[in-house]
Amino acid sequence: MPRWGMVIDLDKCTGCGACIIACNSENNIGLSDPQLFREGRSIRWMDILTIEEGEYPDVKKKIMPRPCFHCDKPPCTKVCPVRATYKGDGGLVGQIYPRCIGCRYCTTACPYTVRYFDWYVPYWPSEMMATLNPDVSVRPKGVVEKCSFCHHRWQKAKELARSENRDMREDDYVPACVESCPGKAMYFGDLDNPQHRVTVLSKSRRASRLLEDLGTEPKVYYLLKGE
Amino acid sequence: MADEKVKTIGEDPDDILLEPIFKTGRGFYITVGILLAIVAWAGIAYMSQLIWGLGVTNLNRPVYWGMYITNFVFFIGISHAGTLISAILRIAKAEWRRAITRSAEIITVMVLFIGAANPFVDMGRPDRLLNPIIYGRFQSPLLWDMVSITTYLTASTVYLYIPMIPDIALIRDRSEGKIRKLVYSILALGWEGTPLQWKVLERLIAIMAIVVIPVAVSVHTVVSYVFAMTVQPMWHSTVFGPYFVAGAIFSGIAALIIAMAVLRKAFNLENYIRRVHFENMSLLLLVMTLLWFYFTFCEYITTFYGAEPVHMAVFWEKFSGRFSPYFWVMCITCFVIPFTILCNKKTRTITGIVIASVSVTIGMWLERFCIIVPTLANPRLPYDRGNYFPSWVEFSEMAGCFAGFILLYVLFTKFFPVISIWEIKEGRKKSVQEVSERVESYLPGLKNEPERAD
Ligand code: SF4
Ligand code: SF4
Repeated sequence: MPRWGMVIDLDKCTGCGACIIACNSENNIGLSDPQLFREGRSIRWMDILTIEEGEYPDVKKKIMPRPCFHCDKPPCTKVCPVRATYKGDGGLVGQIYPRCIGCRYCTTACPYTVRYFDWYVPYWPSEMMATLNPDVSVRPKGVVEKCSFCHHRWQKAKELARSENRDMREDDYVPACVESCPGKAMYFGDLDNPQHRVTVLSKSRRASRLLEDLGTEPKVYYLLKGE
Repeated sequence: MADEKVKTIGEDPDDILLEPIFKTGRGFYITVGILLAIVAWAGIAYMSQLIWGLGVTNLNRPVYWGMYITNFVFFIGISHAGTLISAILRIAKAEWRRAITRSAEIITVMVLFIGAANPFVDMGRPDRLLNPIIYGRFQSPLLWDMVSITTYLTASTVYLYIPMIPDIALIRDRSEGKIRKLVYSILALGWEGTPLQWKVLERLIAIMAIVVIPVAVSVHTVVSYVFAMTVQPMWHSTVFGPYFVAGAIFSGIAALIIAMAVLRKAFNLENYIRRVHFENMSLLLLVMTLLWFYFTFCEYITTFYGAEPVHMAVFWEKFSGRFSPYFWVMCITCFVIPFTILCNKKTRTITGIVIASVSVTIGMWLERFCIIVPTLANPRLPYDRGNYFPSWVEFSEMAGCFAGFILLYVLFTKFFPVISIWEIKEGRKKSVQEVSERVESYLPGLKNEPERAD
């Protein structure tokens, strides 16, 4: 069984936002508007954090794409009363929308605040309804959702491989954000495969993970600024 | 009591306690009407939430929990007054308890319904109410909550009911209407007041009084675990269990004092609920005020000295940031006001004690709010910052909770006496003698001193 993980090279990321757009349309994420944004209710499974450091005139601005980290020891799944969120095959932390009771305990337990709640029924203009991705379920109101590492793409890749009578090749499955990144700043693959690029990069001296000291063991590595 | 003859109202001094059951005044209808209107309003507000989703609240990312969860912790806290206080007083053989245990126990049972309703109001998918039972995971602290609250509700209902049986039988004997008589005879479980029945009754009360204490302590400990089991700043704290339990008893005593004052006025019970009751309860309240201060001090001083940035972010938000108004009002209402009033003999009048209790009730609500919201608004990663102020729907639900609680209480007083009649009678008959015997038994140099072998 693979252990899917991601490496994001911050030196290569230009902050163009292609990953956000790709994710939104891949995963049928409801449209936001300025009002929702102000209320802190827009949903972005993949987001770009902007971090300003220092004070004028010595200001630095950093950007950082941020999906769900699919922690190996996820605090979010631990607290769910109904196992609507769980760590499943491939180390992916999944979400069962038809089971979630919307108690939002997982959202408060995730130290990275990457879980989102459907405050309303998601909305799209009618023209967009026809372009929804049939592989991803549209969430009802009142449940929690989050980045799935495009889990459905893995299913599809496995089925394709089976229909072609071959083993799944490692690069058959990449999430939409990784695929769309024009700067090739993101890598995706099996962290247990010592030959794979993600594994090699995740051991690089530049590699680091967010809030590593919490012991959540996130499976997303950031490559910090090179020397 | 066993040989009590059937009497009509007016012959017994304790009949004033039965009066609200047999006579219904205008005041009752007006009160019930107003309360029903508020509850209905909360119902309408809730409908809007059902139709549009939790978007009608002002919750957001990252403040995912707000007023509803605050109310949950607050009302469950209030529930600690009744059963716990009554059990402790019974076990300690405090004679003055007789007039107030019942009213305290009613608070517990009624407020538990209200408290337990709040997480359901907070649920995004109330239609999946049964999922925690079907798919329940016992690793989740929410399940611990469900179990301990259900146990507490059951235990305190039994604990309220058992000592009520002789009084129910009394009402049964006095009732005339057919249906009424039937209902009360069923509830009285064939109580005739035989010596065996008395023995069983007293035994059961003694057992239940001991059983409910650990259950009550477990309830608020587990409520605190909902927060303490996560790694969020200032939640992940070992002091939370005892801190929550102490806070719960604190707010519970305050609520009981307010209830005593209202009952005394509404039903003319000045003869039963006297100054001594307020005085004794106020001393308990004073002790809890100090204990609350001690816990709060422990909690904040360790955070401050540890000085970890993620915790300090929350700390400063409470001390001088956006949540400082709530925090300082909490300090004033939970400590400064009650401490000043209760420390001073001149201000420790019944009015003063009631004012202190109202202040504590407000303060303890704010305390729950100050524990939940500032932490969520300042998560570990400094990129998501939130703010929160409840919406009209949330305020309506809170009003509905208070009205619903009072309504349940008022309806209860319509059917059952708020003061345990038989315990008062028993007290009159036995306690004076018992207490003097007890005192004699532990004071040396009095008559009848038995030879001591040990
Ligand atoms: S990042 Fe948050 S939501 Fe994702 S697995 Fe970790 S704890 Fe869960
Ligand atoms: S909101 Fe849903 S997924 Fe999250 S803890 Fe509650 S039931 Fe589980």
